[in-house]
Amino acid sequence: MIREPLLFDISEKGKRGFRLPELDVPGDPSLLKGLPLRTEIEDFPQVSEVEVVRHFTRLSKTNYCVDEGLYPLGSCTMKYNPKINEVIASMKPISYIHPYAPEELSQGNLEILYVFERYLSEITGMDAASLQPSAGAQGELLGMMLIRACLEDHGDPRKTVLIPDSAHGTNPSSAHICGYGIKEIHSDGSGRIDIEDLKKNMTKEVAALMVTNPNTLGVFESDIKKITGIVHSNGGFVYMDGANMNALLGVCRPGDMDVDVLHLNLHKTFSTPHGGGGPGAGPVAVKSGLEPYLPLPVIKKDNGKIFCEYDRPKSVGKVRSFYGNFLVAVKALAYILSLGPKGLREVAEFAVLNSNYIRKSLDEHYHLQYETPSLHECVFSDKFQKELGVSNLDIAKRLIDYNVHPPTMSFPLIVHGALMIEPTETESKRDLDNFIQAMKEIAREAKENPTLLKEAPHQTYVRRLDETKAARNPVLKWEKKSDKNDRQT
Amino acid sequence: MSYTSLSKKDLKDMMARIGVTSLEQLFKCIPDEIKCKKDLDIPPAKTEPELQRYFEKMSLRNTYSEYHSFLGAGAYSHYIPSVVDYLSSRGEFVSPYTPYQPEVSQGTLQVIFEFQTLICQLTGMDIANASLYDGASGVAEAVMMANRINRKNKALIAKTVHPEYRRVLRTYVKNLGIEVDEIGFAEDGRIDVDELEKKCDDKTTAVICQSPNFFGPVEDWRKISTIVHDRGAIMVAAVSEALSLGFLEPPGFLGADIVTGEGQSFGIPLSFGGPYLGFMACRKEFVRQFPGRIAGETTDIDGRRGFVLTLSTREQHIRRERATSNICTNQALCALRATIYLAALGREGLRELAGQNAYKARYARDKILQIPGVDLKFKGEFFNEFTIQLSGELKDITKKLTREKVIAGYELENEYPELKNCLLVCVTEMHSKEDIERLKDVLKSAVL
Repeated sequence: MIREPLLFDISEKGKRGFRLPELDVPGDPSLLKGLPLRTEIEDFPQVSEVEVVRHFTRLSKTNYCVDEGLYPLGSCTMKYNPKINEVIASMKPISYIHPYAPEELSQGNLEILYVFERYLSEITGMDAASLQPSAGAQGELLGMMLIRACLEDHGDPRKTVLIPDSAHGTNPSSAHICGYGIKEIHSDGSGRIDIEDLKKNMTKEVAALMVTNPNTLGVFESDIKKITGIVHSNGGFVYMDGANMNALLGVCRPGDMDVDVLHLNLHKTFSTPHGGGGPGAGPVAVKSGLEPYLPLPVIKKDNGKIFCEYDRPKSVGKVRSFYGNFLVAVKALAYILSLGPKGLREVAEFAVLNSNYIRKSLDEHYHLQYETPSLHECVFSDKFQKELGVSNLDIAKRLIDYNVHPPTMSFPLIVHGALMIEPTETESKRDLDNFIQAMKEIAREAKENPTLLKEAPHQTYVRRLDETKAARNPVLKWEKKSDKNDRQT
Repeated sequence: MSYTSLSKKDLKDMMARIGVTSLEQLFKCIPDEIKCKKDLDIPPAKTEPELQRYFEKMSLRNTYSEYHSFLGAGAYSHYIPSVVDYLSSRGEFVSPYTPYQPEVSQGTLQVIFEFQTLICQLTGMDIANASLYDGASGVAEAVMMANRINRKNKALIAKTVHPEYRRVLRTYVKNLGIEVDEIGFAEDGRIDVDELEKKCDDKTTAVICQSPNFFGPVEDWRKISTIVHDRGAIMVAAVSEALSLGFLEPPGFLGADIVTGEGQSFGIPLSFGGPYLGFMACRKEFVRQFPGRIAGETTDIDGRRGFVLTLSTREQHIRRERATSNICTNQALCALRATIYLAALGREGLRELAGQNAYKARYARDKILQIPGVDLKFKGEFFNEFTIQLSGELKDITKKLTREKVIAGYELENEYPELKNCLLVCVTEMHSKEDIERLKDVLKSAVL
């Protein structure tokens, strides 16, 4: 395999990959007198167009991606990204519009926002939505801000937010930025929220409960109505992390569970590509009680004309410039329209079917800490393999040799050595069977030849990387060789 | 259209293995009382051609592209070389997740590492992260970072910082006990240094200033950061037109401690405001308080160079509520676009492009100022945007311009009531000499 050097190492003086037309106005340097000009950036890249194309094409080939195969990263919903959505989002009359274009010249884009907000409200059973948050974490933050603003409006913002121990790390982090202390709620033996622990902690000091449903074990909080009831009767709000909404589309709606506010991840449930780490989008949907606090502007329609409303004294303000990640919303709207109500329900059904098929096929080979039925994802642990000295990390790395992306391992924290598997609805039985077969082989290899796993992956562009070294002696940018030697001494 | 891949036979076989006879049984754990009793009230499924028609019809109601626009104000129209769309559309870049498994994500990780290097070169700082959402949340993250570093609680932000950035900052820090105060501008359109001297004290965590600022003028970083450092505060430099970094002395050379801003100018379409590209860079001593993902170099067990996400003990998945930020998903694909864009333009191209922007903007300024009733509002030296004041009512003039299919600029009076009849005009390489002359002609007849 070709080892692709860094852009800076293939750079040669005088090369360029793009040429500008001649300047058609006077370009006398004296015109720039008074401007503090910098000297040229000495080590800035200088490469030809062909070199640019080869460099990035070669790099791309070292990535595994959804277009290539199963990507069962739990809680990330790595489904297939429909290509028509990309085509639509790159239509120039949609994508080449300035965010400050006058409203009357951008009615089409404003209509996209308006319609999409309505559909999201319907899908979630909520009353209104905001498309401003750029990702799930920003959606969480906004959701908690809305709760706080409403509580403050009623005289007391309260002090604490309750978060189950199975939650994703962004939940406590987002609540913290909102000025709240965190109190962890235990899970019971079934992996669900321990209702007694919730009751004990749900005091008048508590602003909200952040609940993920289905939770990160893929387990539905069957007592959700009881849970929302307990929180509401003590004057708190229920925030739902909608990261796992894929399991519920058309089956049930957070609004009908009496959830007050939730965020959705368009880059999970609604098929927009994750781009190697974004851009995503994390719209927030609310019940009417929180609507006055939504960020600015709110998109309204009157007499067929769409407009932005800014005069909203109770609004929390803005969490993102302009309208948020607009083109991500365009793709997600295209997805909803292509599936329709029946197609959306099928998403949930097939996602849950695929996950349960994997679970059933592997439950003799891998340990299931929680026997509770699960929906769109299942969480095994490495307990059986641990006895052989093999960890979840080794299993994950060995999967790469079988051409499958590893599952999630960093959480839920309540399962030691977790292997959180979410196949999504788009996968074929053939791909699922290949995955199952690989997992079974690996379970066998763990018994017969654990070294094979511990040294995996074997066929990749690079093999296991030294993460400790990366953190202990951080090299975070390219530097000219001589500089580098200086620094290391 | 559905995007599932199971045949009827697959369904039957799979249900048999699981031990259910209907899909409904898989949802037994959900109580009946909260289950949907009817279909969702959204339109029936569309095929691909129907979908395309739907959006084409929708897009016909966008007439913006028929207009000659001189809008900038934090979102800039620049030419995007073909290689950017071409390469950034590759499924290997578009469809993976965050690179948690470095052995199968070296492409994404090396690109992040290259992006970090480019941002360091452009800003003149030691370290950069893998991206943030946008320039606005970048400013908010910078202030939260400053507050963690020096534990002080007063942030001072210049009124000449982008209004959306200021608004987002206020929203973000409101519940963290950080007080935000603003600093006005002087007659030349730059930050009011006297007011800064007065307001900046030992309780100040950070001062945030933007250059080129929202009105166009370039700030004197050296002067500002000296004042800020004298009081023990952190200098946060915001940049909304990233192209300026390839041309003007970077804030990192002139005293900035944190540089953050909007990278949309680097190969990202206007996109009606998003997705864009927040970037952030800082001095290396602040690395432990730095927010967001960072890629670092290391070696594999065979001694080959490779890249990983590193210093993750700062992040939410490990540190939870004590993380340096709640950010998880960022704007990776936009950072890739910027990296390709900057690679294609290269050292000479970037500088030439920035120069063309500056020259064209000056040509436009000189032309427009020939019109009686049009004045340059601020005399400070600018990059590719400047503020003019019209003698007539702005709303009436805008109406006339719209009839001529011209948008002459951003109306500052909406955000700054004190800047009545003021327009922020942006000129880039996308405007030809003829476009600029037409602006002058149309504006002239509209003002008269």
